Parts: sequence; structure tokens; C-alpha cells
Amino acid sequence: MAERFKIAIIGSGPGGLSAAARAAERGESHVLLEAEEHLSNTIYRYQKGKFVMDEPGILPLRSLVPFKAGSRETILDGWDEAAKRLKINVRYQHEVSAIKQGPSNGFEIKCMNGQTIAADFVVMGIGLQGNIRKLGAPGEDLPFVQYQLDDPDEYEGETIAVVGAGDAAIENAVALSKQNNVVIINRKDEFGRAKKGNEQAILKAIEDGTIECYYDSAPERVDALSVGRKKGRMILATKNGKAQIMLDRVIARLGATAPRGFVEACGVVFPNKDPASVPAISSQYESNVKGLYIVGALGGYPLIKQAMNQGYEVIEYILGQKVEPADAPLLKAKFEKMPGFRSVDEALARVQKNVRLLAHITPLQLREFMLDSDIRAPKPGETIFSRNDYTNTFFSIVEGEVQVVIDAEKNQRVTLRRGEFFGEMSLISGRRRSASVLAGPNCVLIETPRRSMNRLINSVEAVKREIDQVFILRAIQSRFAPEAATEQLADIVAAAKLERFKAGDVLFNEGEVGDSLHLVRVGSLTISRNIGGKDVVLSYVPAGNYVGEMALMGESRRSATARAAIASETVRLDGDSFKKLVNRIPVLRLRLQSEYRQRTAANLAMQAMPGGGDIISFLLAQGAGEATDILLIDESLCVRCDNCEKACAETHGGTSRLDREAGPTYASVHVPTSCRHCEHPHCMKDCPPDAIHRAPNGEVFIADNCIGCGNCERNCPYGVIHMASKPPNKPGLLQWLMLGLGPGPGEAPYDKKQKQVATAKKAVKCDMCKGIDGGPACVRSCPTGAAIRISPEEFPAYAQSRR
Amino acid sequence: MHDSILTYARSRYLWIAVALSAASLIAYIRHDPGGPPNGGTWLGYTLGTIGALLILWLMFFGIRKRRYAGGVGTLRGWLSAHIYLGTTLILIVLLHTGFQLGWNLHTFTFILMLIVIFSGFFGVYVYLRYPTLMTRNRESATRDAMLEQVVEIDQNALALADGIDPKIHGVVLRSIQNTKLGGGVWTQLRARDGSDLALDSLHKAIAAREKHQDMKTTEMPTMFAMVDFLASRATDKQGEAMRKLIDLISRKKGLATKVARDLQYQAMMEIWLYVHVPLSFALLAALIGHIVSSFFYW
Repeated sequence: MAERFKIAIIGSGPGGLSAAARAAERGESHVLLEAEEHLSNTIYRYQKGKFVMDEPGILPLRSLVPFKAGSRETILDGWDEAAKRLKINVRYQHEVSAIKQGPSNGFEIKCMNGQTIAADFVVMGIGLQGNIRKLGAPGEDLPFVQYQLDDPDEYEGETIAVVGAGDAAIENAVALSKQNNVVIINRKDEFGRAKKGNEQAILKAIEDGTIECYYDSAPERVDALSVGRKKGRMILATKNGKAQIMLDRVIARLGATAPRGFVEACGVVFPNKDPASVPAISSQYESNVKGLYIVGALGGYPLIKQAMNQGYEVIEYILGQKVEPADAPLLKAKFEKMPGFRSVDEALARVQKNVRLLAHITPLQLREFMLDSDIRAPKPGETIFSRNDYTNTFFSIVEGEVQVVIDAEKNQRVTLRRGEFFGEMSLISGRRRSASVLAGPNCVLIETPRRSMNRLINSVEAVKREIDQVFILRAIQSRFAPEAATEQLADIVAAAKLERFKAGDVLFNEGEVGDSLHLVRVGSLTISRNIGGKDVVLSYVPAGNYVGEMALMGESRRSATARAAIASETVRLDGDSFKKLVNRIPVLRLRLQSEYRQRTAANLAMQAMPGGGDIISFLLAQGAGEATDILLIDESLCVRCDNCEKACAETHGGTSRLDREAGPTYASVHVPTSCRHCEHPHCMKDCPPDAIHRAPNGEVFIADNCIGCGNCERNCPYGVIHMASKPPNKPGLLQWLMLGLGPGPGEAPYDKKQKQVATAKKAVKCDMCKGIDGGPACVRSCPTGAAIRISPEEFPAYAQSRR
Repeated sequence: MHDSILTYARSRYLWIAVALSAASLIAYIRHDPGGPPNGGTWLGYTLGTIGALLILWLMFFGIRKRRYAGGVGTLRGWLSAHIYLGTTLILIVLLHTGFQLGWNLHTFTFILMLIVIFSGFFGVYVYLRYPTLMTRNRESATRDAMLEQVVEIDQNALALADGIDPKIHGVVLRSIQNTKLGGGVWTQLRARDGSDLALDSLHKAIAAREKHQDMKTTEMPTMFAMVDFLASRATDKQGEAMRKLIDLISRKKGLATKVARDLQYQAMMEIWLYVHVPLSFALLAALIGHIVSSFFYW
């Protein structure tokens, strides 16, 4: 007979713990199931002494468990204490394997340790970290088999087998190899999954013999040995048969299984296959399974404080209490700008009624969406954004109308009305605004940041479909036929398809018969021709431009090869319907022809220049294709004075965000380790407080609400972000010059060895000196003009200038 | 796009400098002071004032260079102007003196100025020439990476030597201890690293052995004996290791030379500043003396 509780809470992270605390305080029968031997494993696994922040600062904490920004230890101690004080019924080492709807009302929860628990309600707060993937072979739980490495210097003189081929495995192996004998075991025959730097490091270590590598191998068994000098041995299945390694320790870094499979097995539905999607939950955190509630990161709320508030609220909802969500005052403050505001609920209903796009989403998603968004009520004629701004927010029109200025000289405008949206072009392409937008009369808008919009697109299929449809229509209209009416374009839009390409994929080859045209929507392409047996890059096609039209307009074969420079998406327009469009609009033919002439001339110039394409190829190989603005140093001019780094440090709180010396060089063109301000910044991908933004001039910067989690540092493939705390203040120029106080301008702070007090470390990166007049300090302080910043569109001209 | 400091903004400052020089020269030629030209005429005072102001402005470059956040224009523009206008100073001051030189403070000031300017010319030369040499020398490795490689080769060489013979080990160890990269100014500028010692002694041993093949083993010094002993068993593992060791040491020698050269280039690009900057302050002091004394004896 299974134990029975009213509420079972799975996972003792911030959300689960807070829920259990509220249940305990209210005297409800409850149980908190935790897979590990301690509370809150995700935070427990943070490195020692890590400073945990409590963003968003404006959100009040509504929980019985204390939480304030501070060190990992203080927070965990506080939580342990609270769990004792409130007499929370915690069951450690109860990893849940299955949740089934029981015979009567309620659920039956099966645990790995064989126990079964019955509950009326289930609160799931298992986060997104997932379960660590184990070796999957006998002996995986032996004491010397571990799945984490805190401090590689802890071990010395041991033989250690590191299992895995990802970044974590490589970093561990390389760090351990300084003092130990390391063997790395890779299931595959290469380390292609890892970052470039890590891949190089491990291959070098293997070549040098400091690390031994077994490729195409998998552990079959790990045994503990009681005799001999080594603690154990591992039997490996390799390509050439079995192998045995005598060892002291096994460190397996095989990643984690996403919790999604488990959650789906519980009956919870995800909207689509996108790994970023989250299950739809009601405004009371209930999933599609009645009685099963989801709180915290799994439901799409990655911040600690949000999760704790939800934990509190979910218990109230289960007990049938009405609570005003903690975000209500915040929403009210937002909606008050809306003319005719009465209450938050009424305003939310109005938004959902007026904006067709938002009709598809759940009330909780809408709340979240509105929390992230801003309400704007601009005066008629006010500019909402200007053409060529680099902003990437998304606008929905709740009331009134806006005017899109398509052609400023001819004063050609398009009016968008209530319920429509705009700003999707920059959101999708990551490029500059393609047109200015002015407010019309009685205009009320919702401005939504990129991340929230992308999250919505990824979790609600209908939203994605609708935005894509409108995107295709508007892209065709703005690129080819501004004078054509929507109806005229109906057939070409219907025949258009979205296509995705990985970096290096070929869209079409030189000499093929052309049957379609591609409008680049995300990413960029290179156009190359085979000259003398060598692929020569002739031009670079950024998002917003098209390729392949000429094969449709006379020439029947492709004159060059188009390749994706980076992961890209195109709108593929069908050849026949495009021909029809050209026939219908005579101006279009003239326009295409004149553009074609320019392009051919540029290509010929490039072709005539020996080695010109090589510089472009080199730059693209460094990932410059996805850049919007990249720092290049001409090493034939650079006198290695490091004034660029000094200027960067001096203008950015003492930490330089660029490393001049590191990075590859080709034909004297050096690409230093410095931010390129990518079109779709990798650093933005997974920022819990959404602190990384793009400024109107294109600068990708990190705002003050950074919580120092380090996700952006890990996600950046170019290694340009690092974690730093603020160094001590320096004296001014005159004080230094006259009185000799402290380190001078451009000099490193004194006392590097002086023990730093544990201060909050935050992520720092190049912000292109956005607050400083005159542009980036690195470029401006280069005495010889060796440092310049350019965008990929300028690469062909740059290559030509370096002849 | 990239262009040199000399051609910056289509050599705008070159033309300004040329115009300034030409104006001074014309004024000097057309001016008739009614005696030998000197610093005491109105033109002399004018040129002197221009010169003194130019010196102050040229020295302000040191402050502008450290104003990372503010300041007018780009540092490149400032440097371009610094070079061209600094060069003009020679002519302006020469005209200011009216070619009256002697053993006094005034001429001392003039000479100090010339040293500062010519050290600057040297600076321009190294700035234009050395960056390319440095890039070519490095072959896209960073200095740290090269140093790391040197250390690595050293360790491998020691391990190899250990397996051959304690004496060889000793030789290799000494060679490692003798390798010194960086160090004092002179060492940096001469680009010597001392890593060739071991290689030299090994090569000498081999060469000597070839010359004195008929000599008896007992009469040879240890190293000769060892090489002889190893060479006589060329198929042996030790002989193989020996060859590898020589390879390694040669590679290390190449790398160490590269690092030393890298340091040399860097040092050359910095050393002239140690003349240019302090002497410019000395010049400033002498200039004040020159001005005060001129007025004192007026």
C-alpha cells in the first residue's frame, strides 16, 4: 500500500522548495521528493563560493524560504535551515521514474528506489538541467566513478579515464593532465562536437602524448580491484577488440538527458519539437494533465525568484485560494500607460482580443509576454524606429495605426492597423531595420524584446506560422515589388518555401539549370566560381538580398555557386511564378537588370584580383560571416603597443574586452579575440535575466542586471566574453603624473596578488563603446591606424584595398 | 580601410607641414633685419614663439595618448600630425636661430631638440618596418605559445636524454639552464638566447669523431667517446634516441631564436621612446631656461 499525500512536490529547487514550504506552513499533507542527498541540486552544483544574484530586482519575493543575493553557501544554508524550521517532509534519494494517473483521483508516483507514493496533486519543479547521463555500463556507481569535477588540482599522480568528447570532458581532461596520467575515451573518431579551441587543445595533447585517447570506444564494464596499486579497471570495447585500462578514477562527462522525455511520459504535451519550447501551462501553472502543476525553469521561468514565487502561488491555487500573482503590480504599472485602462485583467483581455497573433497563446504566456514587453502610446508622427536602426524588438498594434515609410523621397507609405504587427524583419534576420515606422493617431503598441518573442515563436506553432507568412509577403513586396498589391503577389507567396542551410551547404552549383530564386532571410551566402580548379569567393550576400534571379531571366544556367556562409534560411521563390511576376511588372525587369550589371562588374573586379577572394575566405572561416562589425588589425601596421587593450580597459571599468595578440592571421590581416556583434548573438541564447541586448547602432551589450551565471561565456564560440569583478579605482591622469599616486592610465592595477574580496563577478564584453562619443576606443586609440572595425558587407572592398 | 600613418587622410598633415615650412622660409628670405638674422628680430621672436608652442603641442601628445575616453580626433591623426609638424620644427627653429650657434644654453636647447626629433625619426622607421618583420617571424603563433612549446621540447629532450646516458642528460640540462629569453635591455636587443650550447658541443663531438676516426677510444674525452660508442651501434635504440634528441634540440634552437628575435623587435619598437620621452622633458626644461635667459639679457 503506497503512502498517500495530498500534494507531492517533485524536485527541491527554488520552485519545489518554496511550494513545500508553503504546504508545510499551511499544514497540508505533503512530500518533497529529491533525487539527490541534498536540496536544490542545480545550485548545489555551482562552484564553491559562487555569487548568486537575485534578479529581477523589482519583483518582490513571496516565499517562506529566504532568498537574497549572496554566496551559494549562504543561500543553501538558509534553505536547509528553512526546511528544518518549517518541518518540510523531504525525502532524499527519491528519484521519480514515472508518474501515472492513479486508479481513483490523483497520481501514483514511482521512484527509482522502488517506493511508490500516491498524491492528489503533483507539483513538478525539476528544472531544465536534467539528469546526468551515467556510463551506462556495470560499475557506473562505484565510488571512484564520478560525474563532476570541481577542482582538477585536487588530484595528483593518478591514472584517470575521462569519458566523453564534449567541451566539459575535454576541459577536464586537459586540466587533469597537468598532474595526472589521463586517458580520454571517445565514442566517435573525432572531437567535432567541441568548441574549436577545445578541439585544438585535445588534439594537441593527444599528439604530444600527454593524453592518451581511445577513439571509437565505449566502456563496457568498470570493476573495483582490491589488490594491486590501482583502484579499478575499465574494460573498453574498441574497434579492434577489447582493451583494459587500470585506473584510479573515472570521470564521465556525458552531458545530461533533457527532462523532456520524462515530462512527456507523464502526459504533458509540448507544442513542437523545438528543444527551446516549453509545455503550455495555465495561469495557475496547471499543465494539460489535470492536477499536475509545473513551476520554475521547466515552465519557462528560469530565474530563482520567479520560481520561488510560483512555488508559493501554486500551493494557494491547489488549495482553491485566489492570489493576485506577484507580477500584478508590475503589469498594472505597464498597462497604466494605455488609454482607458481599468484593470489588469481587462487590459489583458483587450490585448488578446485586438491582436490576432496573441489570440493563440495561453493566459499565463500572455502575462509573461506582457511582463517582458512594454506598452507604448506614441504621439501621432512620433518615430517608433528609424530605417537602419539595429534594434530587434517586435511590435504589435493594440489600438490605432502606424505608417511604414517605404520610400522617404517619394513619401511612399503603407498603413498598418489594429491587430497587425511589425518589426518581424529585423527580429528574424538580425539585421538593421528595413524601413522607418511612424506612429499614427491613437496608437497603442506592445514592444516585445527579441528573446521573449523568439520564445513565443518557438513554443506556439500558430504564432510562428503567422509571422512566417507575413514575413514572406512583406519580404517579396519590399525587395521586388513595392508597387504591387497584396493580391497580385498571392500566387508567388503561396508557392514560396522557407529553406534552411547549414554553414557550407550549397544552395545551387555553377552550371546547374536554375529553377528558383533565393531571398536570404537569416544568415548570409557567399558567391564563388571555380577558377583554375580553385573555388574563388567573389562576393558576400547578407540577409535581405537575393541570389539566382539571372538564371530565370535569360541565362538558363547558374553562373556561380551559392553557398551558406553560416547557418542560413532563405525564402525560395518558385521560378515560374517569379517569371510571371516579372512579366506583370515591367519596372521589375529593368531594376533586376541594373542590379545584375553592378554585381557582374564587382564580380569581375574580384576575379581579376589574384588572391582577393582568399582574404574573404579567410575572414569567413573565422566566423566573420555572422558578424555585423568585426575588429581587424593590420599586422604590418600594428606596433604591438597594446594601446587598444589599454584604451578598452580604461574605458570599461579596468577590464579589457579584447585580446589583441590571440587569434589567427592571414596575409597580415589579424582577427583578434574581440566581439563581432553577431547578427544572431550566441550569447543572447540562454541569458536567464535577458540582460544581453542590441543597441540601435548594433552594439550587443550586457546590461547591469547580469546575474553572472556564465552562460554567455560558454555559448560564445569566439571566446570574447569573460567574467570579471570591478577592480579598484585608479587615480586621474594629473594625479598620477604629478604625485605618482597608484597605477597610471593604461597600467595594470597594483597588487595583482592581493587577495580579492569575493565580489560579484559579472559577464563583460565589448559594447563598441556605445556610451562614448567618437566610436570604439580601441580603434580611436590605435596610433598607427592598424585597428579598424568593418562589417561583412565591406569585405570585398576591403579585400580589394589590400592588393 | 587600412593605411599608414604617413598617408593618413591623404597626407593632410604633410601638406600643412610643407605650407608652414614654406611660409617660414619665404618670410626668412624676404625679411631684412638690418643686420645678421637672429632670434631677437620680430621674425626671430615670431618663429621662436611658433617653435615653443609647437614643442608644447607635440609634448601634449603624451597626454592625448592617455585620454582613452575623450579627446579630439583619432590617435592616428594625432600621430600623423606629430610626425610631420615635429619635422617642421627643425626648419622653424633653425631659421629662428638665424644660424647663430655657439657654446651656450641656447644651442644646447637646439641640440636637445634635434636629438628628440631624430630619435623620433628612428621611431617612425621602426614603426614602419618592424611590424611586418615581427609578423613574418612569428608565423601566426603567439609569443606565449612559442614559449610553451620551448618548455615542452625541453621536457621531451630531458626525458629522451635520461634514457640515453646520465652524461647526455647533464649536457641537455645545462643547455636548458643556459637558454635565457628576455632579460636585460642589451640581451633583448642582441637577440641571443644561448640555447645553442648543447647543440654545438654535440656537433663538435660528432665532427671531431669523424676527423679522428683512428684514435683510440681511451684517449677521447667523454663526449667523443659517447658519440663514438653510440655511432658504432647505429641500429641500437640509443642511437635512434640520440638522433631524435639532436632533432629536438635543433627545433628548440629554431624556436628560441624566433622568440629572441620577437623580443628584439618588440624592444626596438619601445627602446627609442626611452630616449625620445625623457629628453623631451629635458628639452622643455632647457627651453624654459632659454626663454628666461633671453628675456633676462634683453
